[in-house]
Amino acid sequence: MINKDLVVIGGGPAGLAAAISAHENGIKDILIIEREEHLGGILNQCIHNGFGLHTFKEELTGPEYAMRYVEKVIEEKIPYVLETMVIDLDEDKKITAINEKEGVMEIKAKAVILAMGCRERPRGALNIPGYRPSGIYSAGTAQKFVNIDGFLPGRNIVILGSGDIGLIMARRLTLEGANVKMVLEIMPYSGGLKRNIVQCLNDYNIPLRLSHTVTKIYGKDRVEGVTVSAVDEHMKPIPGTEEYVECDTLLLSVGLIPENELSRKAGVYINPRTQGPIVSNTLETSIPGVFACGNVLHVHDLVDYVSMEAEAAGKHAAVYLNSHEEAKPDVTVEAGNGVRYTVPSYIDTKILDKILTVRFRVSGVYENQYISVYFDAKRLYHKQKRILTPGEMEQVLLPNAWFAQSPGLKTIRICVEGE
Amino acid sequence: MKMAEKRTLTCINCPLGCQLQVEIDGDKITVTGFSCARGEKYAKEEIMHPVRVVTSTVPVIDGEVPMVSIKTDGEIPKDMIKECMLALKDVKVKAPVHIGDVIVSDICHSGVDIIATKEVAKI
Repeated sequence: MINKDLVVIGGGPAGLAAAISAHENGIKDILIIEREEHLGGILNQCIHNGFGLHTFKEELTGPEYAMRYVEKVIEEKIPYVLETMVIDLDEDKKITAINEKEGVMEIKAKAVILAMGCRERPRGALNIPGYRPSGIYSAGTAQKFVNIDGFLPGRNIVILGSGDIGLIMARRLTLEGANVKMVLEIMPYSGGLKRNIVQCLNDYNIPLRLSHTVTKIYGKDRVEGVTVSAVDEHMKPIPGTEEYVECDTLLLSVGLIPENELSRKAGVYINPRTQGPIVSNTLETSIPGVFACGNVLHVHDLVDYVSMEAEAAGKHAAVYLNSHEEAKPDVTVEAGNGVRYTVPSYIDTKILDKILTVRFRVSGVYENQYISVYFDAKRLYHKQKRILTPGEMEQVLLPNAWFAQSPGLKTIRICVEGE
Repeated sequence: MKMAEKRTLTCINCPLGCQLQVEIDGDKITVTGFSCARGEKYAKEEIMHPVRVVTSTVPVIDGEVPMVSIKTDGEIPKDMIKECMLALKDVKVKAPVHIGDVIVSDICHSGVDIIATKEVAKI
């Protein structure tokens, strides 16, 4: 059994930033465990630019953004292992990991940061009738084929789902010479960022068909085509709207799911809305000393915010290791009208930062509505937003002073409302 | 008197995607809705002279991985994207490759270099 002060599970953007932050806050006995051959996580295949504007005040590609953190980890000599898979975590923070060289290893950690990221929803989650031919990929898999391995997954492509990876891949495949016929979105609005719709679809005249989905896949060995149907307001296909579209490849960009098998095994409470751990303001899960950050906690759309969140998790893990004080949350954060979830869910008002960032997503598209924050019955924040969409994460900053002026505070409610 | 033309653009400078309202009245372009100076600059340029950063990959010879990611080291005119991709079609580089290494200088006489965005060690 190896003993470690802090084990960070996952060497992507969240894990790297968390480890660096814990190190800066005085924790030296750290181990980052990464299952891939390289540190950096999914950023390594995100070769497009637009990362780091908030963190570094410049526009970087994914690999460049990752390298800033990898270099820091190497410079600070923060230990890490690659090609090592954590297969078990228990409530006593005992970690079981395996790799080819050392076989099975057991590590007892005083604190753990969960930074395993998320994975894509697969075809199986969609129940599309048809055969199981080759040529159906998740958008991220296609991205790995093109950007890491150098293969084009197909020539005539239909993309189901207008999530950001799907939009990015529509452009990427077009630039590599494929014919991207259309992007279908079952919802009446896109789940992707506006900029990606402009930059990846409009620039290349790729049609985005809202309220449409794939209702059948044709082809026995290889995809030969799909049936595309319009859907009603309940997302049910409308009979008579079916249209056959010939293609050899169907990409799915239909959502991301935080990868919490380990968290569940350990007994961490999971928020059914985010599929990520329920955390307090210190990003501590229901198990003392186990923290979570990045896409394993809730799916982000900006890596900059992942880094910021991870930095906070690293700092709070260091505070925990130095004080061994357990958080005792005394305030509940409630997702009110129009808000799907909030991170954190609980606050320990004795361990407050100067400003507490609450991140959340709205549950629908709202125009010219207000985001409000209520401290019990008292409204302390009320700001109009031109547009709110579920595809873009929102945040409110709660200054320490608001807590100081609210003795006996029980509930903070964040909601979308009119004037 | 000709009415001013109004257009709504989505800023692409960062993932925030600000909605920009642009009013074009002859040579006068008025932009509102931006949250940083880059937004205003982008809207004006997008109307007068649209540009993009292009990112792609090229194969690496003797590299620890088969591909290296690349980008235009700055923006190129939007109508040059296709020409730029065609010029990169047969480009291969030898490992080792470092971030910032020039892969193709002055791509398609745009005045912009193609540079590597990833470290690839030699095997």
